[in-house]
Amino acid sequence: MIGTLFAPLWRQPVVATALALSVFGVGMIYSAGVLEVPSPVTQDLWFRQALFLGASVAGLLVVCRIPLRWYQWAALPSYVAGVGVLAVTLVAGTGTGTAEGISSFLSVGGFRFQPAEAAKIATALALAALLAQREDPPTYLRDLLAPAALVALPLALVLLQPDLGTALAFVGIFFAVIFWAGAPWPLILFAASPALGLVLAFSRTVWAIYFVLLATGLFLYRFRLYLVESVAVILGNVAVGAVAQPLWNSLAQYQRNRLLVFLDPELDPRNAGWQLIQSKVAVGSGGLFGKGFTLGTQKRLAFLPEQHTDFIFSVVGEEFGFVGTSAVLILFGYLFFRMIGMAEAARHSFAGLFIFGILGVWFTHVFINAGMTVGVVPITGIPLPFISYGGSFLLMSWIAAGAVVALAGDNS
Amino acid sequence: MNPRRLRSLAVRARIVVVVLLGVLVAVLFRAQVLLSSEWLLQSRSNRLRPLTVPAPRGIIRDRAGRVLADNVPGYSVSVVPGRPDSMISTLRRLREHLGIDDRRFEELSARARSGPPRPLLVSVDAPFDAVAALEERRSIFPRLLIESRPKRRYPAGEVGAHVTGYVGQINETELEAREDEGAEPGWTVGRSGVEAQYESVLQGKSGTRYVEVNAEGRIVGSFAGVPSVTEQPGTDIDLNLDLELMEWIHRVFPDSLNGSVVALDVETGGVLALYSAPSFDPNVFAGVVDRAAWGRLVEDPDSPLFHRAVMGKYPPGSPWKLATAAIALELGVVTPARRMPVSCRGSYVFGSRTYHCWKEEGHGSLALAGAIQHSCNVYFYQLGAQIGLRRLLEVGNRMGFGARCGIDLPEEAGGNFPEGAGYWKRRFGYDPREGEAVVLAIGQGPNDQTPLKMAQFLLAVARDGSAPAPSLRRSAAGANEEGWSLDIPKEHLEHIREGMRRVTRQGGTAYRSSLEHFDLLGKTGTAQSGGDRPNHAWFTGMAGPYGAPPEIVVVALVEFGGSGSGVAAPLVAKTADFYLRGRHGIPRDTIQTLGEYELAGRSTAWDRRPDR
Repeated sequence: MIGTLFAPLWRQPVVATALALSVFGVGMIYSAGVLEVPSPVTQDLWFRQALFLGASVAGLLVVCRIPLRWYQWAALPSYVAGVGVLAVTLVAGTGTGTAEGISSFLSVGGFRFQPAEAAKIATALALAALLAQREDPPTYLRDLLAPAALVALPLALVLLQPDLGTALAFVGIFFAVIFWAGAPWPLILFAASPALGLVLAFSRTVWAIYFVLLATGLFLYRFRLYLVESVAVILGNVAVGAVAQPLWNSLAQYQRNRLLVFLDPELDPRNAGWQLIQSKVAVGSGGLFGKGFTLGTQKRLAFLPEQHTDFIFSVVGEEFGFVGTSAVLILFGYLFFRMIGMAEAARHSFAGLFIFGILGVWFTHVFINAGMTVGVVPITGIPLPFISYGGSFLLMSWIAAGAVVALAGDNS
Repeated sequence: MNPRRLRSLAVRARIVVVVLLGVLVAVLFRAQVLLSSEWLLQSRSNRLRPLTVPAPRGIIRDRAGRVLADNVPGYSVSVVPGRPDSMISTLRRLREHLGIDDRRFEELSARARSGPPRPLLVSVDAPFDAVAALEERRSIFPRLLIESRPKRRYPAGEVGAHVTGYVGQINETELEAREDEGAEPGWTVGRSGVEAQYESVLQGKSGTRYVEVNAEGRIVGSFAGVPSVTEQPGTDIDLNLDLELMEWIHRVFPDSLNGSVVALDVETGGVLALYSAPSFDPNVFAGVVDRAAWGRLVEDPDSPLFHRAVMGKYPPGSPWKLATAAIALELGVVTPARRMPVSCRGSYVFGSRTYHCWKEEGHGSLALAGAIQHSCNVYFYQLGAQIGLRRLLEVGNRMGFGARCGIDLPEEAGGNFPEGAGYWKRRFGYDPREGEAVVLAIGQGPNDQTPLKMAQFLLAVARDGSAPAPSLRRSAAGANEEGWSLDIPKEHLEHIREGMRRVTRQGGTAYRSSLEHFDLLGKTGTAQSGGDRPNHAWFTGMAGPYGAPPEIVVVALVEFGGSGSGVAAPLVAKTADFYLRGRHGIPRDTIQTLGEYELAGRSTAWDRRPDR
């Protein structure tokens, strides 16, 4: 009886991997609290995380037994509820810790949680439900209009908090799901082009080359798009190209610095570049095998910022070296491979699409979080799934894992 | 969708996952394996802060090893570098403890924001109670660095002030100029006197020690992994100066009068005393300078900071007649026994002008020694006329009357002396007449000399005609190179000295300043100061045991002191006597001169001794 209850923990490779990562995470959070000058705030966080892990496992064991039909029914209501709570958060939300300025938390009866975490799952559900209704893969840009609008709403609410990192997770959901829905890659590229254009607009030359390539692509692809769609893509890119400079000028100096230090951390080594430099030093100085569990000097001496949340991967890098970081990435890679396999084997397209939605969230988190510690992507406040400290994030990750298991296993 | 299509999507998805995670692994491999050593180095420098250990300045001692300047422990307060905002918040909390005013606070804040990542020096000399208060509140001042730092002390106080000079904190300009030497904020540098002259000798080499700090700059512990560099104290400097003699001069110098006393060792040219009154307490400058105290010193009408012995320029008056005599002997214009064509009847006519002697009834006909003894103007007018202006200036300049002596002090000023005939044209707009030589010959005209320069000249008379540059530092090399010498037969020099000797004999102007144990030779001078104020009093003398060559040269100048014989001569006599008694093992006494013996009612039988 008990064995059956807990069976998913070892029968399901996805859950077993999540458990391994989570337990490792609790250990890293413990290490993150071991400082030369102990801080009462971070010292006992590992214990709270362990408690949350227990609750999360319980949540998974419930969620993974819910039949697929219920998820389908719940898709729309949970999406509406999720967006509603996000809207409430904008008004009544509070910040926390170093993210004081971001109102992403909501307090209910003394319990604080981030509604955006639940909204991700709800959005993945709704998007999967929407695209599962289609017989054929989306082939035109207009086929992506409704899915894009569905994701854009919560994304916009999160951006207003303002929480760029979480917003990127919604972008991840969108592209992962339309990919699995079978949208051809040129279509995905065209859909993504305005965002790309905005980034490349920092240099006129680069943007010009990009624009010529885009126009060429549209021309070659002209028989499979409506003319109005091609025009829309062109106009969209021209528009972002035009607003890029005024948008840049409208940013405050510190915001610009955050983006500029990504290109050159030494530009402002004492302020905006600090986190990146210290994180790179931590990871780099870890070497092949690391300085040993709890022994990272960058962390112990508090050079490493946010060492138990956003920069926990740097602690892994400093204390376990390349062996530790690559092992964590390989575990995530294995998790993603299993999820792809589950999506492929799923009887219902709704299940496959949802699994890809969750895959999109996690992959975005892993890539950005690990990438920013070594300067591959700009620093955005985004935690590492299962490992970073954070109650609601851990709980929601496990709930999502439970839903993945439930949907993949329901063959009725 | 058909399974084959799903299959191909799944393959593509796996490729994307592998490629993107592969990029991360590759970047991590580069950072953690290929470049690891660099990052390791950076992580170490990250947590290690080099702290400068200031080196104590060299000690300045007098000829007997008595200390003129040494160091005592003081406390400096700095803020460890880190993020500017937290440094500034520490500064703000420090304000009340260290009394930082608004201007200084802005200055320090600016340096915290943009300065180099090294400890920000807030105070070099924090009062002990402030340091104690800060140490107690250590926990709320995590970034604070309190270090012991040597602080300059001048035990001799105002007696040695002008010689030692004083120190100050290095300024921005000097900081840049001396970067190669490792200059750092908070360095103590010499500002005047020996402190400035031998700055590079006295300044040691700062050491470095490493401490481990956390990101907030809190010092977690010392670090032995990187060897620290031990500081090297500056080199000590031993002076020729006699501090006891300085203290004696300070004691006997007339109260409320300003002036200077210079004493040189005849044998070496070493400076035995270099006294300037009024003086100041150099300890005022040792730590944080009190603006009010500084203002008082600068604005004092008596200019205590002014080093009169080497910077004060006064008309030399009669003592310069000795120079005229020396020049005439060098040129062979006169022999000691020759008398002048015109004997003194109180005046002398040269060209269209009449020049007066100070004694209206006249001195009659005199030879050199007598002319010096009586300071006869008429004799020296004629001597000047015989030398001629061109030659007088030529030899006068060779003797350095228009230049510095070359003493090892940065503030020494050269005398004012015409460099040639062009001087009059430039200065007064006319060509000099021959009469200029007549005026110059008695120490008047365009001629101002420092007490030190007069002492150096006297050195040549006391020796064999050669005058080395006076030196403060005992081991100062090449002292003689900067000097000059006259080619005068020894017996001729003895005639000049004989004239000076008669000045302190019965009938001489300084008779009452003669000494029991030592033979004092000298020349009084009363130089017009201009205006209605009393004249400057000069006495340039030398002394040694009876029947032996002089051992010490002493020159005294008392501003507005009145007559040379009344004020300056006793000062020189008492200075020479104090020094020579010490040197020859004769017990010292405050009753020294003939005048004092008489006043004290002591026997003056020695005055009639045959050896005198």
